[in-house]
Formats: sequence, C-alpha cells, structure tokens
Amino acid sequence: MKALSLCNLRKTYSNGFEALKGIDLQVEVGDFFALLGPNGAGKSTAIGIISSLVTASSGSVSVFGHDLKTERDLAKSCIGLVPQEVNFNQFDTVKSIVLNQAGYYGLPRKLALQRVEYCLKQMDLWDKRDTISRRLSGGMKRRVMIARAMVHAPKLLILDEPTAGVDIEIRRSMWQLMQEVNAQGTTIILTTHYLEEAESLCRNIAIIDEGRIVEHSDMASLLARLHIEHFILDLAQPLTTAPAIDGCQIELVSDKVLNVAIPKEIGLNHLFSQLTDHNIQVMSLKNKTNRLEQLFMDLVTSK
Amino acid sequence: MNVSIAFKTIVTKEIYRFIRIWPQTLLPPAITTTLYFLIFGKLIGDRIGTINGASYMDYIVPGIILMSVISHSYANVVSSFYSTKFQRNIEELLVAPVPNWVILSGYISGGIIRGLLVGMVVALISLLFADFAVHNLAIALTTAVLTATLFSLAGFINAILAESFDDISIIPNFVLTPLSYLGGVFYSVDMLPPIWQTISMGNPILYMVNAFRYGLIGVSDIDIQLTFMITAGFIVTLTLFSLYLLHKGIGIKN
Ligand SMILES: Nc1ncnc2c1ncn2[C@@H]1O[C@H](COP(=O)(O)OP(=O)(O)OP(=O)(O)O)[C@@H](O)[C@H]1O
Ligand SMILES: [Mg+2]
Repeated sequence: MKALSLCNLRKTYSNGFEALKGIDLQVEVGDFFALLGPNGAGKSTAIGIISSLVTASSGSVSVFGHDLKTERDLAKSCIGLVPQEVNFNQFDTVKSIVLNQAGYYGLPRKLALQRVEYCLKQMDLWDKRDTISRRLSGGMKRRVMIARAMVHAPKLLILDEPTAGVDIEIRRSMWQLMQEVNAQGTTIILTTHYLEEAESLCRNIAIIDEGRIVEHSDMASLLARLHIEHFILDLAQPLTTAPAIDGCQIELVSDKVLNVAIPKEIGLNHLFSQLTDHNIQVMSLKNKTNRLEQLFMDLVTSK
Repeated sequence: MNVSIAFKTIVTKEIYRFIRIWPQTLLPPAITTTLYFLIFGKLIGDRIGTINGASYMDYIVPGIILMSVISHSYANVVSSFYSTKFQRNIEELLVAPVPNWVILSGYISGGIIRGLLVGMVVALISLLFADFAVHNLAIALTTAVLTATLFSLAGFINAILAESFDDISIIPNFVLTPLSYLGGVFYSVDMLPPIWQTISMGNPILYMVNAFRYGLIGVSDIDIQLTFMITAGFIVTLTLFSLYLLHKGIGIKN
C-alpha cells in the first residue's frame, strides 16, 4: 500500500487550459516527499485534486489504499492540507479556526480541545489563541494553517509552500517540526521553491513541469547524477590570469575569486595540491549553487 | 465518521456569527418594525378601521413578523455562505469528510434560527402595540418554520450562484422586498381589483403571510392546506437543486 498513488491524473480547467497532462506518482508510507516545479507547473492543481478542492478531468487518486471516488470519506480523513494561500475566516480567532476544523473532521469536543491545544502549542501560537486571525503576521497565518491541518492527526500531511514568506528562524523551527512529525510516522508531501530545503528534508522527489512529471526518484540517486560540482574559491593574493589545472575548468571571476568546475572523480585533493604547486593560497571555499538547484535547472530547461 | 459533530460545528459557528454582529443582525429589525408599528399600525391604522373584522394593527402584525423572518433567514444564509465562499474558507469543509447534505442542513439551520429569533424579537415588540389572543399556535409556528426553511434555501442558492457582492443584494432588493410588500402584509387581496387578485396568487409569499395571519389572528384570504403544500413543494425543489449544485461543485470547486 502507498500513502498516495496518482494514476494518469489529468486536469483541464474550464477555460480550456490543460494544467495536468497525465500524472503518475507514488509516495511511500512514512516518506518525506518533495513535489517540485516552476511557477504554474501544476503542483497546486495536483494537490487540489488530492484534497478534493479541484475536480479531476480524469485519472484516479488513492490515499492509503482508499480510492478518492469510492471511499471518499476514508480517504479524506487521512489527509491534512496546508494550502498555498490563506483560506481561513480572517474574522475568527485562531482557536476557533482550528477547533471548527476538528469538528468538521468529527472529533468529539473533549478530544478536539486537547488536539487544538497541542497543535497550537507546537506551532508556537498558544499565546495567540484568542487573537482575531486578521491581526496575525503572514508567518503566523501560515502556522495557523499548519496547526489546522494537523488537528485531526492525519496520516498524510500535504504542505503547499508552507515556508514561503516565513523568516529564517521560524522556517528552521518549521523544518524541525516537520521532521519530528515525519519521524512520528506521518507521511509528508512538501512543495517549495527553496530547493536546499527540499534537499535537506526530503528522501524522495518528483519534479513537475508544464503538467508532466519530468523526474520521479529518490534524492540520493538524483544528486549522484550530478557529475560536476561548482565551487567558488576566495584567494589570499590577487591573480591576473586563471591557473591551468588538468581536469578542472577554472575561471577568474575577479582578481581574488576563482570559479572552479570539477568532475567528481577528480576530487578536491588533486585540485588543492595543484593550487599549492601554483603557489595559490585559498582562504575559503563554497558551493557555487545548491546541488539540487543545478539539477532542477537542467531538468526544467532542457526542453 | 460522526456527521452529527460536523453538523453541530457548522450550526454553532453560524449562531456565533450572527450573535457576534448583533448590531447588524438583530438590532435593525427591532428598529424598523417598531417604526412600522408606530406609523402604519398606530398613526395610519387608526384611520383605516378594521379589515376582515380585525383592527388594522392586529391585521398587519403577522405579516410584519413573517416579513422579518423571510428577510433575515435569507440574509443570514446568503451573506454567511457567500463570504465563506469568497474568503475560501469553504475549503475547510470541502477537504473534510463532511457530506454535502450536512453542509446544506448546517447553513440552513443557521438561517432558520436567525429568522425565527428575529421573528420572536419582532413579535415581542408587537406586544406593545397589538392586542389579540393567538388563534392557532401550531399553524403559526409551522408556517414560520417552513417559511424560514424555504428562504434559507433560496439564500443558499443565491450565495452559490453569486459571483460578486452585488449578486447577493439583487434578489433581496429586487425580488424579496417587492414580493413581501405585494404579499398582503399591509392589505387583504380582496381589496385589489380582480386582475391584481389573480396575479397576486402567483406570489408564494402571499400564501405564507395569510397562513401565518390565520395562525395568529384567525383571518386568512387563502386555504391553509394549500399554503403548506405549496411551501413544502418549494422546499423539496430547492433542497434538491441545492444538493445538485453542491454535488457539481458549482461556484465552489474548479
Ligand atoms: N482556476 C483556474 N482556471 C484556469 N487555469 C488555472 C486555474 N488555476 C490554475 N490554473 C493554471 O494552471 C496552471 C498550474 O497552476 P498551479 O497553481 O497548479 O501551479 P503551481 O505549480 O502550484 O505554481 P506555483 O509554484 O506558482 O504555486 C497555471 O498555468 C495556472 O495558470
Ligand atoms: Mg502552487
């Protein structure tokens, strides 16, 4: 059984736009899964169909073995959704938003109150429970939606860009929280445009582009496909020309900065021993771009 | 899945909503109807005398009560459901395992409760002006509940089909208010020329106002049984249509 299984999912919007052109996707139970793709790729459309907000034109969705058409309620109970855009009643208090959602999922009042307290505390919102949600900051609103999505302890948590517009401190604590929730057995599907976030959190990945899956594999083997790594070196002394080192491509960016492309099989020791031979002293080194970012660009621009 | 919890959640939320904004929902009908009673009932009514054996004040009280039930049950559902749709928090219901009939009955119950509550407020105010013994409480209550149900459903459909805030004020202004005024609230249809009497028979509000008036003061232009049948027929039709709209996701799903 898969946590989520999409089979030949298609969606044509009423204006005739074909947002999904036959998507197949499997997410294992317990996975931390990244669903990536450029703006307008169809991520939110796919998520909308999975969470019953958008009607599919054709294809099937199954959540923990429950078909969304034939066992709708069972499938729905398994899912918690954090939508991309704020969609709660802005005139309600934080607590009542989460408590009402618990009611819609059929949680008895006593249990609902316990869950609401637990989720709001986890999201660091307990102090804000009586605040009218309109008065919250953007990051807080997002956390309200996470608390709301977790209130019925779903087996599958789907987060559509939960960290967009959230400050780095809160983002870190959200990563930690998502990892904890995942470690406790909840399957997580995450959409994000911060690729380093996906790289560090997720085990498996799918990339959608223009309504099609262009990549569906595990993170490790995807990253392993990257043969050449790019580094930026800061030098102690200025140079006038880039040194020639066999196997590597080196470019002088400014007088004290080098851009190095190095194939994996060569290794950094070779690079540094050669640099030492040229009497070049390296002060610091960093990855030019995030590795996943590089792959992502290759995949979605290679058409 | 325990749908009664979801139902209770929706109804409680709806009640809180109109109570929280009571200066917009409960106070205005109290003021308007006091003015109706003062101006039409007292000042003008004293010069009119009686209609079908009832004083003019007694004659208009039932219609004014029912008119507030109509406009408030309608207003409650149309504005609440439309803003739920507009702010997209309808999605909270759509993602959860809440059957469509529970969504519908939850919102309709909210409308009925608001309509009846406002009706009660107006009825209490009318005690200051009118003086009659209730003729048949069961008929009055049944009519009020059926009327509130019918107009809550109509408000729900209006909210689903509306695409802007303008769309939710068109029906109340251009359909409900005229039909209420022409529904024999302030006069007996017998007083109209024959052609207008016939046309009036196509106005469903006329039936309800008369049934309610019969329940309160025992005077009616119309057969009560026929009223119940017509109202029930409308309720069934509108319920089925609402469920169809929800099933198709019209206005709420892409
Ligand atoms: N209601 C709609 N009617 C018509 N087209 C739509 C509708 N909603 C989305 N689309 C189109 O479908 C495509 C996919 O949109 P979607 O929101 O799924 O993208 P996304 O991958 O989530 O993008 P982003 O990263 O910007 O959130 C876009 O081209 C969008 O314009
Ligand atoms: Mg999106």
